[in-house]
Amino acid sequence: MNDSIYRSHVLVCTGTGCVSSGAKNLKTTLEEELADKDLSSEIKIVETGCHGFCEKGPIMIVYPEGVFYCEVSEDDVAEVVEEHLLKGRTVERLLFREPMTEEQIPSYKDIDFYKKQQRIALANCGKIDPEDIDEYIALGGYEAAGEVLTNMSSQEVIDEIKNSGLRGRGGGGFPTGLKWQFAKNSDSDKKYVICNADEGDPGAFMDRSILEGDPHKVIEGMLIAAYAIGADEGYVYVRAEYPLAITRLEKAIEDSEKYGLLGDNIFSSGFNFKLHIKKGAGAFVCGEETALMASIEGKRGMPTPRPPYPAVRGLFGKPTNINNVETLANIPFIITEGSDEFSKIGTENSSGTKVFALTGKINNTGLVEVPMGTTLKEVIYEIGGGLGAGKKFKAVQTGGPSGGCLPEKYLDLPIDYDSLLDAGTMMGSGGMVVMDEDSCMVDVARFFLNFTQSESCGKCTPCREGTKRMLEILNRITSGDGKDGDIELLEELGHHIKSTSLCGLGQSAPNPVLSTIRYFRDEYEAHIHDDNCPAGVCKELSSAYVIDEEACIGCGKCAKVCPVDAISGEIKSAFVIDADICIACGACEPECPVDAISQG
Amino acid sequence: MKSLEELKDMRNKFQNEIKKRDQGPRTEIIVGMGTCGIAAGARDILKAVLQEVDKRNMDVRVTQTGCIGMCEKEPLIDVKLPGKERITYGNLEVSDISKIILEHVINGNVVQDLVIARHSE
Repeated sequence: MNDSIYRSHVLVCTGTGCVSSGAKNLKTTLEEELADKDLSSEIKIVETGCHGFCEKGPIMIVYPEGVFYCEVSEDDVAEVVEEHLLKGRTVERLLFREPMTEEQIPSYKDIDFYKKQQRIALANCGKIDPEDIDEYIALGGYEAAGEVLTNMSSQEVIDEIKNSGLRGRGGGGFPTGLKWQFAKNSDSDKKYVICNADEGDPGAFMDRSILEGDPHKVIEGMLIAAYAIGADEGYVYVRAEYPLAITRLEKAIEDSEKYGLLGDNIFSSGFNFKLHIKKGAGAFVCGEETALMASIEGKRGMPTPRPPYPAVRGLFGKPTNINNVETLANIPFIITEGSDEFSKIGTENSSGTKVFALTGKINNTGLVEVPMGTTLKEVIYEIGGGLGAGKKFKAVQTGGPSGGCLPEKYLDLPIDYDSLLDAGTMMGSGGMVVMDEDSCMVDVARFFLNFTQSESCGKCTPCREGTKRMLEILNRITSGDGKDGDIELLEELGHHIKSTSLCGLGQSAPNPVLSTIRYFRDEYEAHIHDDNCPAGVCKELSSAYVIDEEACIGCGKCAKVCPVDAISGEIKSAFVIDADICIACGACEPECPVDAISQG
Repeated sequence: MKSLEELKDMRNKFQNEIKKRDQGPRTEIIVGMGTCGIAAGARDILKAVLQEVDKRNMDVRVTQTGCIGMCEKEPLIDVKLPGKERITYGNLEVSDISKIILEHVINGNVVQDLVIARHSE
């Protein structure tokens, strides 16, 4: 860290989301502009990890004022430097506008999206330079590990984690302290800890963001876990599709080693810990712990039956403790603030917070961290800013391909492990997809099953064959060839697959189908019995559009957008749609100024 | 690094810089940097403020603002202590800065002869 004090810090988000919307060029332009105005020695540019609000990227925050600029382009840089950094005038057009009120919000902390969150795992993400270990230390980093190694016994650490009520954030929700206890109780000369960063759920990116935005926190969490169970070696299993996370983690490990925070005799305690990175090739099943360990050992990534559990016989046959990235990122907080402080957050059986990747038909998409027990409604409407104009909420999908869809009546459901399970879905790794009336629930179920089916490793029959058969039935239903009894067959297959599959992939794969049948059975029935897709998504079931001759004013706007030239007519007289050519894409409907077009 | 104490020392050393990003209540020094201010020498005033803050290792927030309409009294700065009224000093010379910082920001006594306005927020 430079010794001179800067008057202002400009934080440029260089998480993967903002980089893909141009943050790197933005930063270069900013550097040039500052040099040009002779401000380089007064203003510090800091690259940070993800702020969670990727949709509004690239994001730039100017301190000490804390002004939040979004969707900043290279062309805006000169104005920000001239107006804000030189003259102290906020560039209003780059401020965030609340979707509901259109109000401009200058300060980071006042935006609804952030105001209603409580950040523990993501506390430093977007606040510090993830490649600068000194910034992590400046915010109290590694003090939890120091405290543990200097002043606590391993059992005291485990008791503290048990008391916090922390449960696995990767999806299972198993009590973390108990998991550590099992691994500690296993007698062995060699033990391992593994960080599971094989984040595979489509749309979920919290683990990536934590690794990119605050890698030292995960390393610190692993260090504490290793000390607690008595391991001296660890692996971070991260997918190769996360190059930025890997680069930053490599840098973080290197820096920690230089500072003596990894390696031999850490904090002069006699405790040694060596950390490796293992890059995964992106198979979904490798997020399952036994498959993950097989992959680290260089074998094909396939699960094995448990028991023996990893805590007894894990990596290379030695007792192993596996935790998810987000779980580990909570550990330093629990040690520094105390387990009682942690368990005050959230609900009785699900303490702490959970990070969700909020996506779908919603105004503010991004990463949000909320206390457990927050209702779906609060997340969707208060943080997420509600659905697009005029759209009605239909369902929310949680837990990714292993989870399920919940209808409107569950909007007041508090989000915690057990309530979600009771409602037929699960926490999973924290995907949350909001759907409106334009989403076909059968198609959604098909999408997720298609994913799990192609990711099935093929080792056990129920998952390999069963998901394939279920997918075939769903494909038939969505293409208009559904039969009586299909729904019952799907249910029967689903229950069998759930109860007989070898690992979590198969045991949860039918969830999207079963939950949509449970809550949206009428949509399945409409597909099968009425040859109708109520949402108009399944093209082969959609009937052609028609123009109401009486209402048509003959403007011809519809004909211009038709991709298959099915619409013809003379200007100022009624147009017609050729039902044989129409593919029911619906492109014409919103174009009509007098609402004369509807689906026949 | 060999001990927890050493780590805590490092933290103390590093945290001043990162406090820039802390949004809690702190003393603010606001420099008028509109075109009028810049023409009257506000850049030098700003630099003097920063040097003084740096030299004394102070925990204050230094920001800029645009023209506030009193162009003939530029360059000017505002000093706002937490919970106190905001004092505007005008017609400043670089040499006034150390006095304002020592008397007002550190000791809490307003430098009466340089004050041009007071606002209670």
